[in-house]
Amino acid sequence: MARAFTPKVITSNLLIEGDAVWFTVNDTWSGDIADAEFMTDEAHADLRLLEANTQKNVMVGAYLADAKLGENGPEATHFREEFRTRGPSNYAHGKQVETNV
Amino acid sequence: MYKYNDFDESFVRERVAQFRGQVERRIDGSLTEDEFKPLRLMNGLYLQLHAYMLRVAVPYGTLNSKQMDMLAHLAETYDKGYGHFTTRQNIQYNWPELKDVPDMLSDLADVEMHAIQTSGNTIRNVTADHFAGAAADEVADPRPVAELLRQWSTDHPEFQFLPRKFKLAVTGAAADRAVIKAHDIGIRILERDGVRGYEVLVGGGLGRTPMIGKVLHDFLPEADLLPFIEATVSVWNRLGRRDNKYKARIKITVHEHGIDEIRRLVDERFAEIRPTFNGVDQEILRTIVSQFAAPDFKTASTDGFEAARLANPAFHSWTDTNLTAHRADGYAIVSISIKKHGDTPGDATADQMRVMADLARKYGHDELRISHEQNVILPHVHKSDLPALYGELRAADLATANIGLVSDIIACPGMDYCALATARSIPVAQQIATRFDELKIEHDIGELKIKISGCINACGHHHVGHIGILGLDRAGVENYQITLGGDHTETATVGERAGPGFSADDIVPAIERLVIGYMDLRDSADETFIQTYRRLGAAPFKDILYPKEAANAA
Repeated sequence: MARAFTPKVITSNLLIEGDAVWFTVNDTWSGDIADAEFMTDEAHADLRLLEANTQKNVMVGAYLADAKLGENGPEATHFREEFRTRGPSNYAHGKQVETNV
Repeated sequence: MYKYNDFDESFVRERVAQFRGQVERRIDGSLTEDEFKPLRLMNGLYLQLHAYMLRVAVPYGTLNSKQMDMLAHLAETYDKGYGHFTTRQNIQYNWPELKDVPDMLSDLADVEMHAIQTSGNTIRNVTADHFAGAAADEVADPRPVAELLRQWSTDHPEFQFLPRKFKLAVTGAAADRAVIKAHDIGIRILERDGVRGYEVLVGGGLGRTPMIGKVLHDFLPEADLLPFIEATVSVWNRLGRRDNKYKARIKITVHEHGIDEIRRLVDERFAEIRPTFNGVDQEILRTIVSQFAAPDFKTASTDGFEAARLANPAFHSWTDTNLTAHRADGYAIVSISIKKHGDTPGDATADQMRVMADLARKYGHDELRISHEQNVILPHVHKSDLPALYGELRAADLATANIGLVSDIIACPGMDYCALATARSIPVAQQIATRFDELKIEHDIGELKIKISGCINACGHHHVGHIGILGLDRAGVENYQITLGGDHTETATVGERAGPGFSADDIVPAIERLVIGYMDLRDSADETFIQTYRRLGAAPFKDILYPKEAANAA
């Protein structure tokens, strides 16, 4: 039996800055996962990934990542994706202190 | 040190120009990412979790002060003010922007450096003993051979699309400080009856299937080196498992075909290609050797050094841990620890890089080295200069006296940066170092190698740590496996997995328990962790790590 679909967001890295970004309902990329489009339907998510991938001159390597809905919007469920929303743990660098988007 | 000739200079400049064009075409959309990715990887540029990462080659770990100054300039201008020295003697920048990378490569070319073949399925940066040319126990300086191999492997037309990456390491001493037994090919210069030759090992490696290298040739004549290495890579290039990236490294090829069959095939290929080497390689090697002539060592009294040691306990302690015997009278090899307790192993700020460059100029015959253990070495310092040097290191927060101790930890970048990682490694290293500093027992513990990798690829060399730690993703949670009894030296051994992994919260207490437990088990303060482990075996160490299981069994 196919595995049940779990909610997703689309994420990638910006072409020039390399920053982690998330795909919004307006077809833009945000540096905050809370702005991401939260997708609960598999067919819709696959379609949106195709649409995201039309922007290959803006970003690199779009993929679907597991997410859950929090108070302010989508949140990461896996620690790897959570780190991408924040930056490294050894310095106050990256998203925890700045954003390019 | 090797000085670029016109060919090297124009080759590196041309590569920078090519990459500048490629980046422009990627940004304006003429190149897709699929087209661009292999081009950026050829030039050491990765895309990681939070940003791009540029890996710059430090050939055989050797730098002069001008080059170190340039690394500082790059850190300050294009990054966030620091760089990360790696277990392959390279430096990585964690935050460059794509548009700036051609400028970074151009700056590097100004000081005869580059990022070529620091990634991709090519022959990577050739590494060497970080004490090369200085160690008291050395037969010969391995760097001329490493430089010859660098020139031969750079853009070698036969080896640009290998089954997988390929790593060479060279040492000129019996004591192996270059981990040659865990490389695809390891080369050791040795002497028999006054004649110099090479021991060639093949098929070592860490990663998901750790293997210790096997002897392919026990005494290769000097003049046969390049054709023999070329024959070896050539045989693997043909046989290597391109169908499965996890089985593509030469260690698997050697394992599957057997060392005798590989030796037969290499000999066959060697017989074919040996006549095509007409001796130019040996002429080039002789020129290279002359460029690695020893500096003019000075003669001076070391009385002041001895007096300073007696007068200053902190200096005394630092000289006990951070100095190694030098081949020249009155000299010492200085290891500068960039593992201050609680800091990120291998990271140096731009200011610290400049201080180290300056110290090399003032006291170190203009030479620096990067060790695979992620420290910086001043290979030639006269003992009379050590008190002054130590004072300047202290002022730059670089005087940590912990070389070879529990806090001198190798750690890969792990999931704080690396896209391949399955867990973080830096915070584990930081916490272990901080904890043992609080306990104030690291000098009592003595020599101990802890090595941490954030995934199975083992950039943190965990398999050959006396204590190895491997970070994994277990059902969406970071989990840390411990291996015991590994050894990275000439008596290289792959460590044994101790048992079930530990959570991120439990791993540091587990290491503390293990190390304090070892202190109870050792027969004297002189018996090191690895010696005690070898004497007693794994069982008592496992009992310490898993006390409940031990109690149940009792």
